[in-house]
Amino acid sequence: MNTIKTTCPYCGVGCGIEATVEDSAAHRLTIKGDANHPANFGKLCSKGATLGDTVSLENRLLYPQIRGQRVDWDSALNHVAERFTKIIEQHGPEAVAFYVSGQLLTEDYYVANKLMKGFIGTANIDTNSRLCMSSAVVGYKRAFGADTVPCNYEDLEQAELILLVGSNAAWCHPIAFQRIRKAKENNPNLKIVVIDPRATASCDIADLHLPVKPGMDALLFNGILAYLQQNGRINQPYIDMHTEGFELALNEAVKTAGSIAQVAAGCGLSSEAVGTLFDWFASTENTVTVYSQGINQSSSGSDKCNAIINCHLATARIGKPGMGPFSFTGQPNAMGGREVGGLANTLAAHMDLENPEHVDRVGRFWGSDKVADKQGLKAVAMFDAIAAGQIKAVWIMATNPVVSMPDADKVKRALQQCELVVVSDCIANTDTAELAHVLLPATGWSEKDGTVTNLERRISRQRPLFPASGAAKHDWWIISQVGQRMGFKDAFNYQSSAEIFREHAQLSAFENDAEHQVRDFNLSAFTGIDRQGFDALQPVQWPVTTEQTTGTARMFADGRYFTANRKARFIPITPRPPVNAPDADYPFTLNTGRLRDQWHTMTRTGLAAKLNAHRPEPFVEMHPIDADKLGLNAHTLAQVQSRWGNMLARVELNPGQQIGSLFVPMHWTGQISSHGRMGAVVNPVVDPHSGQPESKQTPVKIKAWPAQWYATILSRQPLQITGAEYRVSVRGDRYFRYELASTEPGKDWRAWSRALLADTGHLDDDSCWLEYSDQQAGYYRTAYLPGRELQACLFVGPDCELPEPGWLGSLFAKTELSRAERLSLLSGLPPKGQADIGRIVCSCFNVGEKTIQQAVQTHQFQSVADISACLSAGSGCGSCVAELKEFLPKLS
Amino acid sequence: MKLKLVVIGNGMAGMRTVDELIQTAPDRYDITVFGAEPHGNYNRIMLTPVLFGAKSIADIMIHDFDWYLKNRVTLHCGPDKAVVNVDREHRCVIAQDGTCAFYDKLLIATGSLPLMLDIPGRDVEGVLGFRDIADVETMIEKAASKRHAVILGGGLLGLEAANGLLQRGMQVSVINRADHLLNRQLDRKAAAFLQRQLADKGIRFHLGTTIQRIDSRDRHISAVELSDGSALPADMLIMSTGIKPNISLAKRIGLECQHGIVVDDSMRSSDSAIYSVGECVQHRGELFGLVAPVYEQAKVCAQQLSGQADSQFKTLSSATMLKVTGIDLFSVGNFEGDSDCQILQLIDHELGVYKKIVLRGNIVVGVILYGDTSDSAWYLNLVKDKTPIAAIRDRLMFGQTPLANAA
Repeated sequence: MNTIKTTCPYCGVGCGIEATVEDSAAHRLTIKGDANHPANFGKLCSKGATLGDTVSLENRLLYPQIRGQRVDWDSALNHVAERFTKIIEQHGPEAVAFYVSGQLLTEDYYVANKLMKGFIGTANIDTNSRLCMSSAVVGYKRAFGADTVPCNYEDLEQAELILLVGSNAAWCHPIAFQRIRKAKENNPNLKIVVIDPRATASCDIADLHLPVKPGMDALLFNGILAYLQQNGRINQPYIDMHTEGFELALNEAVKTAGSIAQVAAGCGLSSEAVGTLFDWFASTENTVTVYSQGINQSSSGSDKCNAIINCHLATARIGKPGMGPFSFTGQPNAMGGREVGGLANTLAAHMDLENPEHVDRVGRFWGSDKVADKQGLKAVAMFDAIAAGQIKAVWIMATNPVVSMPDADKVKRALQQCELVVVSDCIANTDTAELAHVLLPATGWSEKDGTVTNLERRISRQRPLFPASGAAKHDWWIISQVGQRMGFKDAFNYQSSAEIFREHAQLSAFENDAEHQVRDFNLSAFTGIDRQGFDALQPVQWPVTTEQTTGTARMFADGRYFTANRKARFIPITPRPPVNAPDADYPFTLNTGRLRDQWHTMTRTGLAAKLNAHRPEPFVEMHPIDADKLGLNAHTLAQVQSRWGNMLARVELNPGQQIGSLFVPMHWTGQISSHGRMGAVVNPVVDPHSGQPESKQTPVKIKAWPAQWYATILSRQPLQITGAEYRVSVRGDRYFRYELASTEPGKDWRAWSRALLADTGHLDDDSCWLEYSDQQAGYYRTAYLPGRELQACLFVGPDCELPEPGWLGSLFAKTELSRAERLSLLSGLPPKGQADIGRIVCSCFNVGEKTIQQAVQTHQFQSVADISACLSAGSGCGSCVAELKEFLPKLS
Repeated sequence: MKLKLVVIGNGMAGMRTVDELIQTAPDRYDITVFGAEPHGNYNRIMLTPVLFGAKSIADIMIHDFDWYLKNRVTLHCGPDKAVVNVDREHRCVIAQDGTCAFYDKLLIATGSLPLMLDIPGRDVEGVLGFRDIADVETMIEKAASKRHAVILGGGLLGLEAANGLLQRGMQVSVINRADHLLNRQLDRKAAAFLQRQLADKGIRFHLGTTIQRIDSRDRHISAVELSDGSALPADMLIMSTGIKPNISLAKRIGLECQHGIVVDDSMRSSDSAIYSVGECVQHRGELFGLVAPVYEQAKVCAQQLSGQADSQFKTLSSATMLKVTGIDLFSVGNFEGDSDCQILQLIDHELGVYKKIVLRGNIVVGVILYGDTSDSAWYLNLVKDKTPIAAIRDRLMFGQTPLANAA
């Protein structure tokens, strides 16, 4: 057996993993956290820990295809190269585009960017990172002159005050959050403030939660800046020496947010809470402000970032341990993408398209006179241009825009009418791959070989654990081959990712000195790296230079920034509410976000049964008072509709939701849900600077979906579901689960269920079937057992009260059902004496809510530690700790 | 001086009364029992296992001869001790052989007799009922040498006989006038289950037909002709088309009888010194064939005899709890339902389980449990108590366990 160190492919925390290959042919792995990796020191979250369940060949794209026909690589590559070349000849380089991904490795990303910006000669390459942190990039660049994350994880541990702004780190960056939790345990003086419209799992450790009015964060930080000035807490010497523009920024802050009352009113908060925050911020030197999608995904996201950074610059709380404005990026290699210039508005190695010197430098380095010198189309504009027919060929890599983009139905229509859609991916069936003319099989995590950069600038290796599956190739190889076939032979003659990394390092160091202009991103230590050196590369934070070969933990210690005059810039911020305000027709504000146990469009996490147990179905969270007003009941289906599109979701009541606000998870696709794509609903409004969509604030209305019946099916085999408008598929352990509903009246349930579930020949063989009916009340339940094993069971009812799959699901692990189990089966509940563990709360140890309830009751547990000691729940990744607390007796 | 109690009928009902009486008032009576069979009191329900060979006659004895000695109960048993008359004026019971016994209180527990249909040719050897030890001994003897058994009547007893004879190696055919089995206890679907399971064992069924005539050779049955025109070879014909209360003695001595001996709520007949219990009685218009209500009668009667005048018999809900050839059955109430009723059902063909619950509004009015009767007591209570079930309707079918969980 072979243990290999690699990096987790999910969020931006970038945890180190030790993967042991148990069986290469069967793609079997054992996963554990790398105890030596500085990001996680051995810890993993539920998603990372179950990576082993996601690397099978199930649903893998294994062979190139053109219009559904399998072809060899030569044909596929020639086809793509010829079509791109032809379209460029006819319509110019602006008629083509790449839409890439924060899940590409740096080397893949580098080559894609080089081909588009360097040789095709347009900056029409954008990335799903546009949806994630492009506002943070603008914020940093405007303030620092470069896209430089100043902080690191140790700063979280050395802070005395951490603001989590628009960040549910407990679910979205679980291991970083666990470090904060630990830090708080170790240092009771550490205060945590969560600034988020909704009460999230991150509030579990918060000393103060400010449920800010959606989108009004900039007002709050303007308020802090004004308060700092009013209370003499600014650092004037630092401002004078290392910054510029303070007066203008301060004036704007005082004008818009000059009093606590003004801020409290504008933010929908109590003066007391605002005052507490201001006081804590003013009086705590060691302050880290963590901000994430709640800030970035906004029509004023860039301004919000700068409102935050302004406060840190004014107090000189940057560049020193335990402080700084810390952007948490969402993706495993969003940062790597930023480094290579994978965004339509950046060049390469943190250089700028609009800077002629930079363009010239990159051109000389690449040996090309075609380097793009103006911004390309950012994601939303790019798909608009595809819809308008201006872009005629698009190559989408490792991402699923038909699900994740705002106004996603428009994106779908755009691709449907696009002349050439090329998709390279490791997954065969995605909403986007369905629309592709050419499908190119890429290697996936466990096969890829290169580097990623996490959100503290730490470069780590992703190493191959298995050989490439089928005919799959690395993305850099695929892109290089197309580049060569488009006529750029020498520029794309790469033999390995190590070689690309070396070139990337060389570009970062190229003319990066005082004589030209010092750039933050510098890997001069690696300009001579060879394959061996690349393979031995240890996690390291850039810049990594010949002078500082062990990397750089913290930036701006010297107060020197990367602007022309090396001074940081204050940006005057005028807080703006979201572009589209709720109105009488669309009275709710729709928020979107991640769940604890899923990743993006679920193409991989959806394969891990364990991860589907926490929240198996699209849902919409709302305040009980709103639900009551609209007559919406928990677990029923509701339609969420905006001016752009609609979706269906289960109603979940949560008093942590603001009145007037709704929340839906971002993950569900058309593949696994008929109506669960939240992207269809989200308004395509973008930030004017970053182009990042306002995914967190869309005016919507919500109403009950008049389902006539609901059904749930568990089946050992995947099923082709017909006859139900609403459908969600969930991968279970040894079974597939389908949640169905319809507005059509009930039907001949027996005939329908037998046609759905039966193998041919068993349709009329009554001996294979268990049946329960209560026809007048609209209930029908059946189970299909052609042999001793349970093959499938189906429950139909007039309401949403259908059985939980816990116990039923466990029957699929049995080779034979006992008499008692058969007799109980159609009740959905276990026979007497068999435990039903209920909905899974702790994914690491598979502990269900009923088990927890029972243990808490029986043993009179008073703390999460008691629960963990007894059931292990909460002692793995720790992400469920907030939920575990809900089971404990409430303190009166 | 003790009172004298005479019991006519040494069967389960009468002896259960004696048992109860000895327990509640051990010194009140001198007890004398007359029985027409030459045995102690045995469990008639267990005749089927005797037919199988699973039990011996000794095994099914409830009260053997020793018991009578030990409890100082005088027993007169055997065909010549059959009671032929009762002198109500002098309160004296007279047996065939002239044995007589005076009484202060008399208990008639003569039970029932098989209904022997008047089919042409029936008075030949090999045509019998399935009622007592003598019948079983005859069946066992014939099964040893003969091949073809025909059972007339697809009720409980007929099916038990069929199964027993099948076990004894005979080829068995069941003839039933109705087109489904156990038509008083089961609906068509349950009956179809039962028929399939029994057919799988090898029993042949001729339903919706009856026997037109019986053919014989040398005064022994040889074949039966059916109303559908077909004929079956027959070495034995078991008549099990039902039972009738054995009331000839009661009638003869002038007690009020309709279908059975009419008794009041204290189990007393039209003669205040004479009580009656068991399958021979008619109480509030109803006859009895199952052990549970009969034992309840015995209890009430014993209490009356011991002087507790307030003890009253109430007819229980007409629940049927049966075991047919190893298959558990239960039915109660209006299990067919009507147009006002709603029907819940559960079927597991492979397991041989069928359950049906009939609701009227919010109330369970009928239940059939086939193949799994573990919750029958609970359902019986729901029916008896008219428990509203709306809140547990979707769990109702799955018995008491899920209901407890749901609470």
